[in-house]
Amino acid sequence: MIHIDITKSLFGSGGMMELSVSLAIEEGSFVVLTGVSGSGKTTLLRILAGLESAEGVIRVGNERWLETGMAVAPQQRRIGFVFQEYALFSNMSVEENLLFVANDTELATYLLEITELHMLKDRRPHSLSGGQQQRVALCRAMMHRPKLLLMDEPLSALDASMRHTLQQEIALLHREFQTTTIMVSHDPSEIYRLASRVVVLEAGHIVREGSPKEVLLQTSGSQKFAFEGELLEILRADVIFIAVVAIGQQLVEVVISEYEAQHLKAGDRIRVSTKAFAPMIG
Amino acid sequence: MLELLKTIEWTPFILSFELAAATTLILFAISLPLAWYLSQTNSKTKPFLEALMALPIVLPPSVLGFYMLVLLSPSSVIGTVIHELFNVQLLFSFSGLVVASCFYSLPFMIQPLQSGFESLNKRMLEASYISGKSRWTTILRVALPNMKPALMTAVIITFAHTVGEFGVVLMVGGSIVGETKVASVAIYEMVEIMDYTGAHIYAAIMIGMSFTVLLSVYIFNHRQRYKLGGLSS
Repeated sequence: MIHIDITKSLFGSGGMMELSVSLAIEEGSFVVLTGVSGSGKTTLLRILAGLESAEGVIRVGNERWLETGMAVAPQQRRIGFVFQEYALFSNMSVEENLLFVANDTELATYLLEITELHMLKDRRPHSLSGGQQQRVALCRAMMHRPKLLLMDEPLSALDASMRHTLQQEIALLHREFQTTTIMVSHDPSEIYRLASRVVVLEAGHIVREGSPKEVLLQTSGSQKFAFEGELLEILRADVIFIAVVAIGQQLVEVVISEYEAQHLKAGDRIRVSTKAFAPMIG
Repeated sequence: MLELLKTIEWTPFILSFELAAATTLILFAISLPLAWYLSQTNSKTKPFLEALMALPIVLPPSVLGFYMLVLLSPSSVIGTVIHELFNVQLLFSFSGLVVASCFYSLPFMIQPLQSGFESLNKRMLEASYISGKSRWTTILRVALPNMKPALMTAVIITFAHTVGEFGVVLMVGGSIVGETKVASVAIYEMVEIMDYTGAHIYAAIMIGMSFTVLLSVYIFNHRQRYKLGGLSS
């Protein structure tokens, strides 16, 4: 088990804010931290890695990483960390990046093979694509068989298809190594695919947690489709009003009543819902 | 031409280069941890330290030379202590010149190193710590190899600047042949006794060497930037 009970004052998006998180994580689980930016997710990861100080306690198995007046250095924690911006050692080749962490050629070869990077092992990081670089970073993080793998929005800089491939690889590595993992992500489909548990952070506090189904499927059981979106524009077409709404990456047009048209304005967060007894899926 | 080259007294140049080499070596060792500290700290003392260490750039060499004379003289406390501990007389000696040059050239070593360290991707350094590597291993194997242009600039500019030193050297070292009479002082003396031919030759050699040194730095840095594909990636 990993026990986390920490507090830290920090500058969030809305001024001073208190990060106060209490969590118990089972070994081998895959936890996704989500929430709006500035809610303290990255800081929490950095505290777990020992890169930032905090008050409180962190216990991993029977090791104590943080206690009042004592913090184990990042070097001694044996964690893997995947940064959003890859952070590879640009003076080393792909293989050297891995061997720098641990001189275990066998493991390095294995990791490079399952992520299909072995052809690129002598290349320098700057000659690789973003997706390839992040794969190298992922392999590098696994090199000393970490007790805890931390990933800070590892896929957010990649395009959709690359993201999908990497999600599969992350899942594969998680199955192979059974590493307890905490990942920050904003992408619901990614969370659904990977997480065994979701923790939603808001202004430094946990506001919701549970399985991806419980947290993400807000309409479960109600037989309704409901989508959160942003109202972009209200158009008038003869006697009806049409709202243009952005839901995720997609724009939809919805007919609204005159009353609604008067009370809504562009930029509002709205929810579009409909009864859906027999939706067509194609 | 060959005859002319044979008549040139090379000792001042050799001395200049020995002085520059010693200064560069010592300054590199001192500046590396200092520049690293400055690049990583958020301490309130940082601006004071930075201002203090940049002083030699703006001060007239005579100010530095004057204080060195006062501090290093055998009658001063420091001068006495150094004399008793190492049995070295720092004024008007080569060792004294090295000490004075180290102060004089300090910013030329510190500043490029510091900005080199600062230009590194912080996450890359953190990735090294997380990989279990100590600060020293990180500096030597991750930081320095990724800032070769800064490293080259620091070393070469310090070296070149020390070769080009004049005021401090003259004040602290005087002009003792084979001991403190470096090239710049030799040129000054030639002009003083109106040996313009000698001065021309010495000055031309200085220009030629300095230009070659600077040119090689710029070529090296140009190639490195191209090779690493930008400093921070």
